[in-house]
Order: sequence, then structure tokens, then C-alpha cells
Amino acid sequence: MFELLGIPPQALFGQLLLGLINGSFYAILSLGLAVIFGLLNIINFAHGAQYMMGAFLAWMLLHYLGIGYWWALILVPVIVGAFGVVIERLMLSRLYKLDHLYGLLLTFGIALIIQGLFRNAYGISGMPYSIPSQLAGGQNLGFMFLPNYRAWVVVFSLVVCLGTWFMIEKTRLGAYLRAATENPTLVGAFGINVPRMITLTYGFGVALAALAGVLAAPVYSVNPNMGADLIIVVFAVVVIGGMGSILGAIITGFGLGLVEGLTRVFYPEASSVVIFVIMAIVLLVKPAGLFGRA
Amino acid sequence: MGLLFAAGAQAQDVRIGVLNDRSGIYADLSGEGSVVAARMAVEDFDAEAKGINVTITSADHQNKPDVAATLARQWFDQDNVDLIVDVPTSSAALAVAEITREKNKVFINSGAGTTELTGAQCSPNTVHWTYDTWALANGTGGAMVETGADTWFFLTADYAFGHALESDTRALVEGAGGQVLGQVRHPFPGQDFSSFLLQAQSSGAQVIGLANAGGDTVNAIKQAAEFGITQAGQSLAGLLIFITDVHALGLEAAQGLVLTESFYWDLNDGTREWSDRFAERMSGQKPTMVHAGVYSGVLHYLKAIEATGDDSDGAAVVAAMKEMPTSDPLFGEGEIRADGRKLHDMYLFRVKAPGDSEGPWDYYELVSTIPAASAFKPMEGGGCALVE
Repeated sequence: MFELLGIPPQALFGQLLLGLINGSFYAILSLGLAVIFGLLNIINFAHGAQYMMGAFLAWMLLHYLGIGYWWALILVPVIVGAFGVVIERLMLSRLYKLDHLYGLLLTFGIALIIQGLFRNAYGISGMPYSIPSQLAGGQNLGFMFLPNYRAWVVVFSLVVCLGTWFMIEKTRLGAYLRAATENPTLVGAFGINVPRMITLTYGFGVALAALAGVLAAPVYSVNPNMGADLIIVVFAVVVIGGMGSILGAIITGFGLGLVEGLTRVFYPEASSVVIFVIMAIVLLVKPAGLFGRA
Repeated sequence: MGLLFAAGAQAQDVRIGVLNDRSGIYADLSGEGSVVAARMAVEDFDAEAKGINVTITSADHQNKPDVAATLARQWFDQDNVDLIVDVPTSSAALAVAEITREKNKVFINSGAGTTELTGAQCSPNTVHWTYDTWALANGTGGAMVETGADTWFFLTADYAFGHALESDTRALVEGAGGQVLGQVRHPFPGQDFSSFLLQAQSSGAQVIGLANAGGDTVNAIKQAAEFGITQAGQSLAGLLIFITDVHALGLEAAQGLVLTESFYWDLNDGTREWSDRFAERMSGQKPTMVHAGVYSGVLHYLKAIEATGDDSDGAAVVAAMKEMPTSDPLFGEGEIRADGRKLHDMYLFRVKAPGDSEGPWDYYELVSTIPAASAFKPMEGGGCALVE
């Protein structure tokens, strides 16, 4: 068999597939951020904490109430999304007229408080959460062993991402939303309740973060800091894709997962930096991001 | 009054400061549990009846050496603290050791891993009680090779700590006749280890050594189970992992993992009895080896105070501690070496499969015991000025 730069093709395919899997987490998280920024102009720094809440809530449902993974997949986004709605109504809605910085500071503060509360209550080591029995095991693809759960994560996130994109770009509801961002007064004059739409949009973005948390619970360590570690990378993804661009967030999420996967083969030490290098280059060449409108 | 003192029953005041991580990554393995352990030592010693009034204070050093140093100074200068115990995080521990020496007090370290505490930066005021990175590497690296697992691949956190752990273990593996087939350096902290694990898998090594810590180790183990690496016959060896990490992983993911510790609650009647009492006060949590080390260290310190009748000269107290053999239900019989290293047996454990576990915290089976004499880095050539 041929070799590519000293790497056998089997290993390469394996790493590409793994990159795609990681990319699906990036995609679903950056999608939530992009929706919130695109429609509310809020830089939601609490996104990582909301992702962590999603994973923890899945654990709590199982631990205290015996409710398993599949129900958690539905219940957790609804509950955490409702939490997001409360935050938006009580606090964020007062900041829309102010500079971006205030929203950023507020959500950052909220993130620190949430993380602190969870750390205080559950410690730092984390909680065990098993892969649902229906998705245990895996397939031998010849070039690698693909756990069924990872395959499920890729497929499921693709469906969620494309569904969200379709809803915002192609439906009447999405058209209202986009119009409301452009000119809230005018849209309000047509009898549409703009504040409520904005509130629900924030709740939806938060629910996406929580959904990613549930997806992550069986494969990553469920601990209070899990979101803080990931959120910086996800922000870089959003910036590369173009702040607020829905399709940009999805494509860059998956794409950067692939790039990161390749870096892990050729130069593992750089795998956490590569995304930021790309971000710097993109900002220099195309400051609005790959898919953003200047 | 004079008559009372003359009778020899002068009450002695001893202040113990438990300095550790109360909110960060080491909060579960040290934290409040260490305070509880120190308190239990005072009660079990029956200090009050022996005329020693012990007060225990505690603080959070946030794993920062500067915070640890400030707190230690304040405790020694203003609060008359005589003994500082625990102090996880090597850099913080080294800072506290230096200040303890300057103020001539006593420092018993249980939580930190660096061999520097009894090496180049050893001090007449420091005792390093529970474990160190050399002992862990020796237990897991050396002992595993002897059981026949002699080809290794390292998954190493890409910073000083990970590199040191890898090179220590590598030396021991090769010294015992094993072979290292390769290594991969992962960014710290990492989230997804699957591609590194795949590289480890394709190396064909019998053992994948995890030269990382905390959340990185937990993630790597969780994902190794997911990718069927342990089921396919490769073993994972944790080079710095505690029972609280295994608890966080759950047995489903952690089964088969090999690791070294100096204490396990279910070793014998003595450890079980003490651990039950500990768990009662810690809402069911069993003690880590760090908690056990705090208990054992404080107990031995109080024995030395009782024997010398004076806690003002820290170096003299430590000298007395070194003269007396140590003995307690948790670590058995032992001694403190001239360089400050406490010697006791270390144990190589394997994590049980879920079916073999009888309940929460029933996690380990004993693979082998590493006798105290060979469990720690030899004092000769260790670089400690006290012995050269």
C-alpha cells in the first residue's frame, strides 16, 4: 500500500473520521453561539457553562430519577433552555442597547457563578456516565474500530445542524427572526412580538449547548470545568466561520475538526494551537470570517 | 500557679494548619477530607488527656505557590502555627518547605508528588509522607514489567510534569528489561484523546502508560474503553491517579486499569475500621491515600511532641520523628529516612470489573506489594544535602 508522508492510509482515514466526530461537537456548539450572536448580538460567554449544565443534568436525571440517555436527550435541552429564557428575561434583555462588552461581561460572570456552584456541590473529579446500551460496542471498519456511539454523534449532530440552518434560512419563522434582527421596530409594527422571539432564540441557542452536553456526557469527563476548557476553541471556530453566520459555524466546525485530526497525526504537540493559527490567518486575510459579511 | 507547673502537667498548645486545594482539581483527593483526617488523628491520639491542646485551622492555596507562601508566612508569623500538613501541587509544596525551614517549624507533606522535597530541596523541617512520583513510576513501571507486560507506549501531557513522569517511568521500564515502543505528546489540557489512543493501539504495545493527570487521565481512560482498547488486550497504566478519579470514571470505564498507591481503604481490618469512621464524616466518601497520609503524619507528629515535650524547635521535632519508628493502622510499621522521606510499602492495584465489585468504593484488587525497602528512590545520589 502507498504511504502518505510516512503515515499508512488506514491510520489517516481513521484520524480523519475522528476529526469529523470532534468537529460535530464544535459544530453544534458554535452553531448555538452563532445563532445567539447573529440574532441577539450577544457574545454568550456562558455557552460553555450551559454545555456543562447539559452534561450534569443528564447525569442528575439518571442518578436521582433513573431517567436514561434517550429521555435526557429531549428533557435536558428543554430544562436548560428554560433556564436560558429566565436569564434572558431577567438580565440580558436590559443590555441590548449597550455595547457588546456588557453582554460579554454579564455572561462571563454567569458562567463563573454556575461553574462555582457545581464545583461546590459536586466536587471537581467528575461523574460517571455510561454509553446507552443500544449504542455500546462498535464496528470494525478495517482501518479502525468505530464505536457505535461516535457514529451516532456525527449523524445526530449533522441532522440537528442542518435542521437549524433550514429553520433559520428557509422557513417563515426564520425570515421573521432575521427581519427582527435587521429592524425590530418595523417588524414589531407588523404585529409580531419581537421581544418574545428574541427570548425564545436565546433559549434555543442555550438548548443547543445543553444538547451538546448530553451528547458529550458518555465520552468526555463530566466535571464542572468541562465547558471552560472547550469554549475558547469554539469561539475560535465561530470567529473563523464569521460571527453570526449559521452555515459558516456548521462548515467550519466540521472542517476544523478535520484539520485538528490531521495535526494530531503529523505533529500532535500543535493540535491545540492549530485552530488559533488558522484563526489568526483568517482574521488577517478576511477579517469578517470565511462566511461572514463585512 | 507555680505549684501547678512544678507538678509537670503543663498544658501545651499545638496549632496545626491544613493547607490544600479546597476548590480546584485536587479538592476531592485532599480538600476537606484532609482536615477531617487531621482532626481524627488528634482525637485518636487523645491529645487533650495527654496535656496537649491542639487547634486545627485550614485554608485554600488554590494550587498557587504564591498564595501558599503567603498563607504559610501568615500562619507562622501571626497565628503561631507549629505544623503545616498536606499541600498538594509540587510548586506550592516546595514554596511552603522553604518558608517552614526559614521559620524553623514543621512541614509534613502528603499531597504533593515531587521527589525534590527529599532531593535537592530537602530540609531538616520537612517530612514527605505518602507517595512521590518516583514511587508511583517504580510501582507501576517496574512491577508491571515483572508481571510480563514489557512493551510500553506513553501518552504524555506536553509540559514539564508529563515529561518528567514519562522519563522516570521509561527509565524504570527499561531498567527492568522492558522496551518502550513510542510515545505521543498531547496538548494540556486535552479533551479528545481518541486519535492518540489509536496511535497507541497501532504500536502494539502491551501497556499504554498515561503520563498525565486529573481530567486528562479520566478522559483518556473513558475513551480507551469506548474504542475497545482494553477489551482488545492492551492494559492501561495510570502513573498519577487516585481512587477519587476511579470513582469519577465508574468501573465500566476504569476496569483493568493498573495503578500504584500507598493506601487503600480495604487492605486490612485497621484500614477498614478507620475508613468507615472517615466515611461517616464525609457523607460516604472513602479516604484517598493523601487523607490517610495526613492522619498518619499528624499522629506521628503528636507522638514526637509528647516525647520531647516541646514544639518550639521545628528541626528538633522532626529529628525526634525520624528517631522514632512510625506505627499506625493505616501504613503499618515504618520509618522516616534522614532526608525526610517516610518509608512504607507501596501497592500495585488493578481496578475491578463491575461484576466483581460488591458496591460503591469496592474498586481495587491487589496485584503485588512493593516492600518499603525498594519502594522509594534510594537516598544515595538523591542530591539531599542533609545526607551528603
